Amino acid sequence: MAFVAAYVVLLVAFGVLPTAYAIYFAFTDAGGKITGFANFITTAQDFRFLDAVGHVATYLAFWLVSLVVFVVALALLLHRLASGGASKALRFLYYIPGALAGAASVLVWLFMLDPTVSPVSSLLGAMGFHTFGEVIAPGNLPVLFTIIAFWTGAGGWIVVMYGALNNIPTDVMEAARIDGAGAWKTAWHVQIPMLRKWIVYMVILAFAGGAQLFVEPQLLSLASVGVAGRDYSLNQLTFDFAFQMNNINGAAAVSVELLVVSVSAAALFVARSGFFDAD
Amino acid sequence: MTVTKPSSGRERQSSKRRAALLAGCAATAALTLTACGSGGAAGTTNKDGFAQAPQKDGALTVWVDATRVEAAKLYQQQHPDVKLDIVTYDGDANGSNYLQTKVQLFNRTGKGWPDVVFSSQNNEVTWAVDQNFAAPLNKGLIPSAALGKFASGANDVCTVGGTVYCLRNDLSQAVLWYNAPLLKKFGYSVPTTWEEYQALGEKVAKEHPGYLVGDAGDSFTPEIYLWASKCGANHITGPKSVSVNTSSEACTKMAKLIDVLIKNKSMSISGVFSTDFGKNEADKVLLMPGPAWYGGAVFKDTFKIPAKQIGAAPIPQWQGDASPSTGNVGGGTWLLSQHSTHIKAATDFLKWVTTDNAYQGEKAPGFPAYAPAAENWLKGQDASGYFATDLSALKNASSQVWPGWGSGQFSQEAIWAATVKPGLTQGKSVVSMLPAWQDSIVKYAKSNGYKVSQ
Repeated sequence: MAFVAAYVVLLVAFGVLPTAYAIYFAFTDAGGKITGFANFITTAQDFRFLDAVGHVATYLAFWLVSLVVFVVALALLLHRLASGGASKALRFLYYIPGALAGAASVLVWLFMLDPTVSPVSSLLGAMGFHTFGEVIAPGNLPVLFTIIAFWTGAGGWIVVMYGALNNIPTDVMEAARIDGAGAWKTAWHVQIPMLRKWIVYMVILAFAGGAQLFVEPQLLSLASVGVAGRDYSLNQLTFDFAFQMNNINGAAAVSVELLVVSVSAAALFVARSGFFDAD
Repeated sequence: MTVTKPSSGRERQSSKRRAALLAGCAATAALTLTACGSGGAAGTTNKDGFAQAPQKDGALTVWVDATRVEAAKLYQQQHPDVKLDIVTYDGDANGSNYLQTKVQLFNRTGKGWPDVVFSSQNNEVTWAVDQNFAAPLNKGLIPSAALGKFASGANDVCTVGGTVYCLRNDLSQAVLWYNAPLLKKFGYSVPTTWEEYQALGEKVAKEHPGYLVGDAGDSFTPEIYLWASKCGANHITGPKSVSVNTSSEACTKMAKLIDVLIKNKSMSISGVFSTDFGKNEADKVLLMPGPAWYGGAVFKDTFKIPAKQIGAAPIPQWQGDASPSTGNVGGGTWLLSQHSTHIKAATDFLKWVTTDNAYQGEKAPGFPAYAPAAENWLKGQDASGYFATDLSALKNASSQVWPGWGSGQFSQEAIWAATVKPGLTQGKSVVSMLPAWQDSIVKYAKSNGYKVSQ
């Protein structure tokens, strides 16, 4: 009980109150006067706002699709290999990048993507990239951020999915095998449907995380001295409003928008998937 | 940037801030019992042109970037009785806004401000005055005799409405750096006009392909070439107004020159600090227009070019232009906090660090903004024997920086980097991107609250 109470205090202090504070800021001006939607209108009219929305939407599309497809596929593969010792080693291997802190793993990629110092420079060269500037051309950014995010974040999810696959009762798998289902059919008709809730759970969290895209473009922007990644995402725009343009209230408005979008997306996924229905 | 500022602006800002502070305190009071310090008027004395907080004993807090730590340490060594708390931060390098971010947070909490700060940016006063951070320096703190000895125009970037709010650390006037023995070996002479410079670039491309007469790949490229050419892309005309015109002849003829040389590959588009340049092009530099700090920071420390090779000449001028002009790339500034409770100690430090020969005249890596220290510094550079020529070109250029290019709150470097640089990489010409560049400057200026005329 005391443990729960302590948690509630922390949650209120560092989760609920700051959120409420941000909502208060979003609807007031610097003097504390209620201004309705003025902050939302000002920020939406900023010339970078729509671009940033587009960037984040593109990134989310790339990131969520690749996450669902590859994580599920890799987890299924890992599960197939479960009989051998290879599975344990692979599970560990997948997880390692996720163990690196976010910013550190982005830095690793900054080296990977610079043909002059990259260990895979011949690969980059084969794809037609000979300088860092060519690699970080604006059109490549959603793909680059997806690769970085996948590499840093997907390992943990593969391990989670693998655990979920292990929870599928053996008699169900047995029955499928007796009915003559091969690996492909078992995956498609038995395993994936039974993973559905886990996949929804992953998508909800990945959506919230992806919508808040910040570290990847921000570090890329610093590394490229502003050539790529500046004002790329909505969260960066928030940062810019707050600290470059001295408009904390505008920043709060954008973060409230992000909150609303993430919560709505989560609600939609939960409702459509029957996430909280008892089995 | 010498501008006149309506006096009501600051008071309004201040009352707004106090209200925000109160609101902030009210909302956080429930959560923490931290007293919201009075950033307000309680107990202040009006002196030296601003309301000073009650003065106390205690350590002087100085924020510096990694390079300036040496200055703070030297001060400590020479003044062992001063309690000094040296904090290293990124110095706002590459427009990080760290200082601005922190000051806004300190303004909300009402405490924590450093007493003296170094910034590698020279546009800090565009926010530090409005946010009541920077103290006025020419209203009693720094004697006008000392202020008068800074290079002419050096403190323009610190001046708002006739009041000086920061002191310039170093100047970054552009000159033409060159490799003297190489130039001699190839049988060329140093160009004095841009026409000659372009002709030499075309000759180098034919006779010695691979060698470079310049670089156009840095975010500060426009500040070297287009500023020197008197291109009116960034004419700050008031505290919140700017005039932007990138289609004048001054802009287009320089853009054309850059395009010709990029096309024949005698001008690089990598950027002098890129890994690519360091690895493949550093030993191919024949000529390189660039700021004063290229001598030490680029040629000596980054490219590791041996002694007695690099020399400095005046930056070329357009043929027939009677008034020589050059550009400028950065140059740090020192600010003193209005909230300091050790103003006397802070002022002593500020005076020493910007003017004393012990640091500026002998140890400083960049060209000192304080003219007497600069004299000494030049002697030191000559004596060090690194450069192939004397550096008198730097001294002459220090008063030739074209005043039609200002220092606004939005970063010209960031705009160029995001708008023009990707196009260069894709093979687009600078001339073709001038309209997009103008468009981008206008948008950033407007979103920072500037009134823009084109």
